[in-house]
Amino acid sequence: MAVTPKDVDYIAALAHLKFGEAEKAAMVTDMNNILSYMEKLNELNTDQVDPLTAITDAENVLRPDEPKTMLQNEDALSNAPSKIGPFFRVPKVIDQL
Amino acid sequence: MNHPKYEAVIGLEVHAQLSTKTKIFCGCSTKFGAAPNSQVCPVCLGMPGVLPVLNEKVVEYVIRMGLAHDCEIAEKSTFARKNYFYPDLPKGYQISQYEDPICANGTVRFKLEDGTEKSVRLMRIHMEEDAGKSLHDQHQDTFVDLNRAGTPLIEIVSMPDIKTAEEAGAYLTKLRQTVRYLEICDGNMEEGSLRCDANVSVMLKGSTVFGTRTELKNLNSIKFVEKAIEAEIARQIDIIEEGGKIIQATMLYDPHRNETRVMRTKENAHDYRYFPDPDLVMVHVTPDRIDSVRNNMPELPDQKQARLISQYSIPAYDAEVLSADKELAAYYEAVCRETSDYKAASNWVMGEVMRVMKEKLLSIGEFSLSSSQIAGIVNLIKDGKISTTIGKQLFEELLANGGNPAEVVEAKGWIQVSDTGAIEAVIDEIIAANPGQVAEFLSGKDKLFGFFVGQTMKAMKGKGNPKVINDLLVQKLEALKK
Amino acid sequence: MKLYSTFSEFRADLQSGKVTCEGYVTDLLKEIKNQQDLNCYLETFDESALDQARKADAKLKAGQAGKLAGMVIAIKDVINIKGKKVSCASKILENFTSVYHATVIEKLLAEDAILIGRTNMDEFAMGSSNENSAFGPVRNPVDKTRVPGGSSGGSAVAVAAKLAMTSLGSDTGGSIRFPAALCGVTGMKPTYGRVSRYGLVAYASSFDQIGPFANSVSDLALVMEVISGHDEKDSTSSPKPVEPFGQGLGNSISSLKFGIPKQYLGDGLQPEVREKLTAAAGYLKSLGCQVTEVELPHTEYCIATYYILTTAEASSNLARYDGVRYSFRSKDPVTLNDMYVRSRSEGFGAEVKRRIMLGTYVLSAGYYDAYYTKAQKVRRLIREDFTKAFDQVDVLLTPTSPSPAFKIGEKTTNPLEMYLSDIYTVSANLAGIPGISVPAGTASDGLPVGVQLLGKHFDEQTLLNAAYHIEKANLK
Repeated sequence: MAVTPKDVDYIAALAHLKFGEAEKAAMVTDMNNILSYMEKLNELNTDQVDPLTAITDAENVLRPDEPKTMLQNEDALSNAPSKIGPFFRVPKVIDQL
Repeated sequence: MNHPKYEAVIGLEVHAQLSTKTKIFCGCSTKFGAAPNSQVCPVCLGMPGVLPVLNEKVVEYVIRMGLAHDCEIAEKSTFARKNYFYPDLPKGYQISQYEDPICANGTVRFKLEDGTEKSVRLMRIHMEEDAGKSLHDQHQDTFVDLNRAGTPLIEIVSMPDIKTAEEAGAYLTKLRQTVRYLEICDGNMEEGSLRCDANVSVMLKGSTVFGTRTELKNLNSIKFVEKAIEAEIARQIDIIEEGGKIIQATMLYDPHRNETRVMRTKENAHDYRYFPDPDLVMVHVTPDRIDSVRNNMPELPDQKQARLISQYSIPAYDAEVLSADKELAAYYEAVCRETSDYKAASNWVMGEVMRVMKEKLLSIGEFSLSSSQIAGIVNLIKDGKISTTIGKQLFEELLANGGNPAEVVEAKGWIQVSDTGAIEAVIDEIIAANPGQVAEFLSGKDKLFGFFVGQTMKAMKGKGNPKVINDLLVQKLEALKK
Repeated sequence: MKLYSTFSEFRADLQSGKVTCEGYVTDLLKEIKNQQDLNCYLETFDESALDQARKADAKLKAGQAGKLAGMVIAIKDVINIKGKKVSCASKILENFTSVYHATVIEKLLAEDAILIGRTNMDEFAMGSSNENSAFGPVRNPVDKTRVPGGSSGGSAVAVAAKLAMTSLGSDTGGSIRFPAALCGVTGMKPTYGRVSRYGLVAYASSFDQIGPFANSVSDLALVMEVISGHDEKDSTSSPKPVEPFGQGLGNSISSLKFGIPKQYLGDGLQPEVREKLTAAAGYLKSLGCQVTEVELPHTEYCIATYYILTTAEASSNLARYDGVRYSFRSKDPVTLNDMYVRSRSEGFGAEVKRRIMLGTYVLSAGYYDAYYTKAQKVRRLIREDFTKAFDQVDVLLTPTSPSPAFKIGEKTTNPLEMYLSDIYTVSANLAGIPGISVPAGTASDGLPVGVQLLGKHFDEQTLLNAAYHIEKANLK
């Protein structure tokens, strides 16, 4: 499963990252090295093994439906790179969900 | 719409905001309409280092919904992360359920306009968190309000069992009625408490192979759901008839033009990279837990309908109309607590009360007369104190100026006259004043009987007891015949 | 000035009136500035630390002091302290000020600890050498041309250089134990769920744990006692009661069975490190302990499993740094996508981007089962290895690192080679068990060597006590 520059473009788009040509070439190399090392796991037959999805045995950790203290608007926005009035502000969203 | 050549295949994904006090994973308030970014905390803002803790009410509410639709309630279910970027999605992922939703395989049963019974299978119902709101309109930039981020949602996914826009509308109406009955969601589509996406495809009639489907997003009223589906079915049939191909896409409905248009095609569809959320633990629902939720479940629409019929001996039609809205049914039952004439109570609620609600676009909660006032009117009629005609007059008076029905009747002097002597005197005057009509009646024109009733009523300003008037008129006129 | 290496020593001098908290903190802040070349602190909290010191003095005088009154503790810059910056040594959070306290911070403050500053680290805790900080590498105080280990390098160095008595770090695959070994201090990764993660900036949520560094096992036990316990804000934190760890130290360990995993003695292990391990085993035998060899058959799959699962979780955990609400936003973005892409590409360092890319890849459509699901299955096998081993022995004794501290720049060209330094530490995080690294003497060039003890789930007490005995042996 060799990673191609096109794969890197696709993954970068999902992760919202971009790379210059040299960076991209290095990324292709690194990812291929690391992923081929990871393929070592294929030496193991795991057909009868359940994936371990939770590391604790805990279940039903629930909280009561009771209001807690909220942040003041100015604290919520205190680190905002751009804001207007009580809102966070971002460049126009064109593709609405 | 019924096309001679094609049939449509429709599945709906409905999101219902749960009416819990706090958000799904933090203690922030969920009240609608608060100042922007005032109902937020580090958790729902997705600050670095925060962790979610599940609200127990959310689990209870989704189990209610599952039980109401005969779903299988999963003994063990988990949360997963759905990864995508959007300015109003603070963590860059939405916490949802993916591989093992809490409810699966249910049924929604409902009636169409013509009375046909229809059932649609549910694929699943799962819990997830809502996103915030992006305001796009006012400015060249987008403004982000995260008050809604983290509001609990349930997503109700149907199987593609729906064939027409009308069925989709009826399905949605039934779901809205049910969530309101279960007291888990206010069902308000305009405020976004209930939202609907529709998957639509068409195929040749009788085919078993589904066509390529498109997804209609953000339909915010039942009327738009129906119109958008109609428009999309028509668009797809046109394309196929012209020899074209349907492209899998996400569509937006433009209500002004009544048309659907492509928002995003599959090429730029998302790869959501779902994986189990390591910050949350398994939800384990035991049979005991299911029983306790079941035992504390509010009555469902169908159950209420059956009970109204048996408890109040009213016709099935009345029970259906009254139970369409939980608050209306509650209002009716409140009237019945103060009167024993249940059928008259039902006539009044379904008649005058609903007429005014419709004219003035009011909900029963906004309607100004109390159930006691309506019961008062019903009782005054039942006890022979006023006629139905006066009853309607009283209803209008109460609407206009309020008051206690018995006192108003008293004050206005509307108490019905049943004294035979007084009525006889009036009848004698009427007969004396209308010799021509009397002659005609005696010559066989029986229809004129009504004329004498009307004249007597009019002379008595509506207060005469109609039954006594009738009886005395019959006596007097028969006597004249002889 | 006299620098205190342990809290117990400082407490004794406080009681005899030789020193005050305020006086010591004043001097220590100057000393930290003198030793800036170590680059272990990103910021010292001069004003608030002095304030906390004065309060501690007053409370000690009044006899109302908490367990940690006067303890000068440094905090890895990945733990939220309200009103302080928390940057994770990343440009993307360079100007971020926290609006809330992590649970561990609330616990420390409730016991009157003095928070002296935030320590340098590998960016977002991703790294084994502390060379991945956006604010420059941390230097090993024993040899400043060498790395201190990572990712909690700053916290390890602050304690090793006596610029704090104890410190907090975080450990996702060895990030406490590895630098503890390379700097010659003790460091503990608690059982997953033992210490609340609320307020710890997430790298890989099913692996991360906060833990302490100290120059003595008794200080380590004391901090563990304070920071452990259930937290209603962390669904994965355990309701198990917390023992008073300090009181259990010194109890005889002669009945304990130790196991040395055969697979941990392979080719990569430097002979000098192996000698130290053998010496530690010899000492334990001299106390009457049984020491046997045990099997952890899936050891060779640990690194691959670890990097698949941690990068996957990280790719999702780091999606929130999008330039919308609090993190770095690139200048004059044209479109929303431009803002996302440039902010993240300029804000994250190379290693973080590499891990986000790997994690996104292993979760993406078509590769999920081959990598992610496969790794989850192998994670179960690895955990079962430990369950079986702990049927035979109480504690595992292993090297912490294959070698002593390496040179700055020595392994930066090949990421995979760097990943392999975690070979002995990642298994504890994969299995969720506790681990501790304790100094076991120095190599011939004077560089510290540590040994690692791994224990059963929630058996921190046994680990701490065993570490206490090894510390007492004063291995050379």
